Amino acid sequence: MASVAQIPGAAIRPKLSRDDWAMRGLMVAIGLYLIITLALPLYAMMSKSIEIYAFQPANVEFQVDEGQGWGPTINALTRGEELGVLTRDDLVTTSDGRIQATRFFPDFSFLSETRYRIRNTEPTDGGFMIRGLQVTHDDWVEYSSGDFRRVTLRPGLSTGLGNYLAYFSNPALFSSIFNSLTIALISTVVTVTLAFGFAYALTRSQMRFKGAFKTIAMVPILVPSLLPGIALIYLFGKQSLVLKVLEWMLGEEAVAGLWQGLINGTYGPTEIYGPIGIVIASVFFTFPHALLIIMTALAIADARLYEAAVALRAPRPRIFWTVTLPGARYGLISAAFVVFNLVITDFGAPKVIGGQFNVLAVDIYKQVIGQQNFQMGAVVSVVLLIPALIAFTVDRMVQRKQVALLSARAVPYEPKPNRPFDRLMLAYCSLVGVFILGILAVCQYAAVIKFWPYDLSFSLNNYNFDVMDGGGWAAYGNSIRLGLYTAVFGTGLVFLGAYLTEKGRGFTYGRTGFQFLAMMPMAIPGMVLGLAYIFFFNNPANPLNGIYATMAILVVCTVTHFYTVSHLTAVTALKQMDPEFEAVSQSLKQPFYRTFGRVTVPVCTPAILDISIYLFVNAMTTVSAVVFLYSPDTALASVAVLNMDDAGDVAPAAAMGMMIFYTNATVRILHSLVTRGLLTRTQAWRMR
Amino acid sequence: MSIVQDIVTEDSRGEPVAAVAKTYLRIEGLSKMFGDFTALRNIDLEIYEGEFVCFLGPSGCGKTTLLRAIAGLDIQSSGRIEQAGQDISALPPAERDFGIVFQSYALFPNLTVAKNVAYGLENRKAPRDKIRARVAELLDLVGLADQGAKYPAQLSGGQQQRVALSRAIATSPGLLLLDEPLSALDAKVRVHLRHEIRALQQRLGVTTVMVTHDQEEALTMADRIVVMNQGVIEQVGPPLEIYRNPATAFVADFIGTMNFAAGTVEGPGQVRLGGVGLVCDTGELDAGTPVTVAIRPEDIDVQDVASGEENAFEAEIGDMEFLGSFFRAELTGEVIDGAGLRADMSINLVRRKGLKEGARVPVKLPRQRIRIYPESALRG
Ligand SMILES: Nc1ncnc2c1ncn2[C@@H]1O[C@H](COP(=O)(O)OP(=O)(O)OP(=O)(O)O)[C@@H](O)[C@H]1O
Ligand SMILES: [Mg+2]
Repeated sequence: MASVAQIPGAAIRPKLSRDDWAMRGLMVAIGLYLIITLALPLYAMMSKSIEIYAFQPANVEFQVDEGQGWGPTINALTRGEELGVLTRDDLVTTSDGRIQATRFFPDFSFLSETRYRIRNTEPTDGGFMIRGLQVTHDDWVEYSSGDFRRVTLRPGLSTGLGNYLAYFSNPALFSSIFNSLTIALISTVVTVTLAFGFAYALTRSQMRFKGAFKTIAMVPILVPSLLPGIALIYLFGKQSLVLKVLEWMLGEEAVAGLWQGLINGTYGPTEIYGPIGIVIASVFFTFPHALLIIMTALAIADARLYEAAVALRAPRPRIFWTVTLPGARYGLISAAFVVFNLVITDFGAPKVIGGQFNVLAVDIYKQVIGQQNFQMGAVVSVVLLIPALIAFTVDRMVQRKQVALLSARAVPYEPKPNRPFDRLMLAYCSLVGVFILGILAVCQYAAVIKFWPYDLSFSLNNYNFDVMDGGGWAAYGNSIRLGLYTAVFGTGLVFLGAYLTEKGRGFTYGRTGFQFLAMMPMAIPGMVLGLAYIFFFNNPANPLNGIYATMAILVVCTVTHFYTVSHLTAVTALKQMDPEFEAVSQSLKQPFYRTFGRVTVPVCTPAILDISIYLFVNAMTTVSAVVFLYSPDTALASVAVLNMDDAGDVAPAAAMGMMIFYTNATVRILHSLVTRGLLTRTQAWRMR
Repeated sequence: MSIVQDIVTEDSRGEPVAAVAKTYLRIEGLSKMFGDFTALRNIDLEIYEGEFVCFLGPSGCGKTTLLRAIAGLDIQSSGRIEQAGQDISALPPAERDFGIVFQSYALFPNLTVAKNVAYGLENRKAPRDKIRARVAELLDLVGLADQGAKYPAQLSGGQQQRVALSRAIATSPGLLLLDEPLSALDAKVRVHLRHEIRALQQRLGVTTVMVTHDQEEALTMADRIVVMNQGVIEQVGPPLEIYRNPATAFVADFIGTMNFAAGTVEGPGQVRLGGVGLVCDTGELDAGTPVTVAIRPEDIDVQDVASGEENAFEAEIGDMEFLGSFFRAELTGEVIDGAGLRADMSINLVRRKGLKEGARVPVKLPRQRIRIYPESALRG
């Protein structure tokens, strides 16, 4: 039989080289990393969402001795229903639910001589406890009345859809679904429209200052999504800056009258808290994401089509509707779903400015941090996963079409000057630019005055983070550390993973599986990921329990959270490299890591820098996942913004938010300098 | 026709090297499937030591697939490959002994020319100055002695091609694999490099396999040509042999220009073509078998044909197409009308005999030059 492989016609089993083994091993290791940091936590969360705690009084029995020996056995369920202490259909509670045993005995007095005994016929589940200690056997336990008052019934653990039923029968909770969808839809329409106009100006006009506008439009990426909310509070909140400015210009009476007239008397200073505020803040922070996608779509549009239309003397609006819009349709759809996903999973904006208006992401936070109801947090997370997964899937499908368009790339379009149109576009972009910079300016202003609106003198008191809740300057230091660790480890991991899947030999199933794993993080909202980490890593039975509440778990979480976009950037860069580099180096008997180090990494350096900057910036600004995972020692700047704002220290929150902005902006500038320097230095070999 | 002249004059390559040399690469029963698609079907091939072999065939016929199987880059689904007596069928590329040049050259863009050439020499515990000397020698060999410090992007296509070649031979591999190494270059450079590569190969004596879809390239460079079609080998042989005696109608059609006409076997050595009875080799074919009669335009004799000669008849000259150094004329006339035969006539001949459209000339199809294929062959 051993010679079968030698007979012509028999299937060949390729022998694997040392490189093949090493590459597969590494890929499996990175795949395992993704499984452990993503799939397993999600699984833990799903399991948690179907965990139910319910009293099991049917298993609990009492006997009473009033001096004449033990009386008849009393079943807790029967007695409880008679007394109205509990009902058969309403035993679900949380893990902390307790019922005093004495409630089954209305005439109980702890001073009486009566003796009680109690037993749990199914000692593994529920049963009772005394002074916080569960009794785990099924023998009678006897208590004096003095001790008996410290006996409580506790719930047992089972599984079922009870939590979901509870969720959907609670209007206060499930109305959030509707709220979240509404906010996401409105924000999507507004952002995509605004971004399309901006992208149109940048790609189809000859207006001035294009570079500056492009830069300004990217600014929101550099700040946490909490920041626009804070600015809006200053602008339109209880002490509205806008009102103050108007009053200062027109006089108080006139302004009061103006508001009354304008908004029919409904203007209250707290109006901005709620859907309007959330939408404005969401538009701010999703704008650059939409802009990038739509700009790409417009940039690859075929100039020949456009020029043909011009040659046919089609009027501008007609060209717009028949050529420009259809050409950009995939970009628009993709942008819409990306924005929708960002908004519906965002926690920062609604947290700061949502007021009483509940949305899903904040519900998770409230359930977990506020009420310690982890099961319900898990249920909301699962609910939030559904729209996020749908948006993600549609976006992936559309992106694929867009890529197909890209490869059939046509002549890029060169706009011609058209003064009135260019001016119009300039005016429009200026408006958007003022909105974006205005938000930042307000935050910066609020940060450096003593006490809005009473004392407008300059002061750096708000930067005295150490005297405030939130973690102080140490939190800022932690954020920078997190950013650096995430950038360094994340980039290494992501790039290596992408390299192994792109350039590995054979092992098709493994590589396809890895691609799937690498795409998953994008579909998982940050809040969901963070909560899932609690369930998974905070479990004492987990051998990785040790990283809980350390910097390590923050790094792991952030790397995983932002894995997909980094992975795609790396894959795009790797795909542009000649696929035969690996074949050549194998023929020259060079190990893969040598070619990786001497060719792949140097050639891909710009992409590698892009990935690390992306990871750094996001690590600095992210709140949603890490808000569940930081410990007092690892408080973060972004979380400090949240906590200071929560505690009413809005100005310091703004100050910290601006610190994040300045840090990111500096890093960004450094990055572009380094990239430019690198490209100059390597010009000789990059020249084509 | 320059190709033909090339071949005819270069006598040295007419005879198969096969007879004396020993087999270096042996391929047995090799097949390659991509899913349900069979890219290579049961390939058997022997390549001799020091030989220059070209895989020639239309696009998509499986040339690259076969080359990559030999390299181990895409291992065959079944079948055996033996190199220098060792079974390498399942070995990964790194454990085989070959150098390779791709159509894209795959030069490392961030390394200088010298570093590219040295790439396979480093990491082998060779002393540095030895490597430097070897690189200089190689660059000298391909005429790029002074270009070592440049980056690939600063070189012309032809120069890049030579760098790729010297990188591939730097480690003195036993087998050199070239996948369409010239197709990215413009015509002039290509012709020049053909000779250079061929000369280099002969100097080094390295067994070489080159993939090409350009028949001129294959005919001028190869010791032997492997003509492939739809995943199978149609014919293997020296260029002149392939050109003169195409084994199948596909080869006849693919290489050079060939007249095809429908005929019938009349008896042993007898074929009828329209109104003409031809004498030629009919092999085992029975009388009455419909066949395809094939003859190259340049093999049709128009000069000094005496009437009554074997396979001679009178024809009328139809359209004359001027192709630079000769005319290709359609032959019509009652006896062979519709057969669509075309004959080549030198300018000299045309001038001397005053040939022009409408003239009647005696022509002859020399019996050794006529090839007969079963009729179904062309359709298949
Ligand atoms: N990885 C693959 N997956 C599926 N089919 C493939 C793959 N590689 C090649 N093929 C198919 O196998 C056949 C042979 O391909 P191959 O590249 O060997 O052709 P070729 O003779 O080199 O052609 P060309 O002259 O165009 O390079 C083609 O039909 C091709 O479509
Ligand atoms: Mg090919």
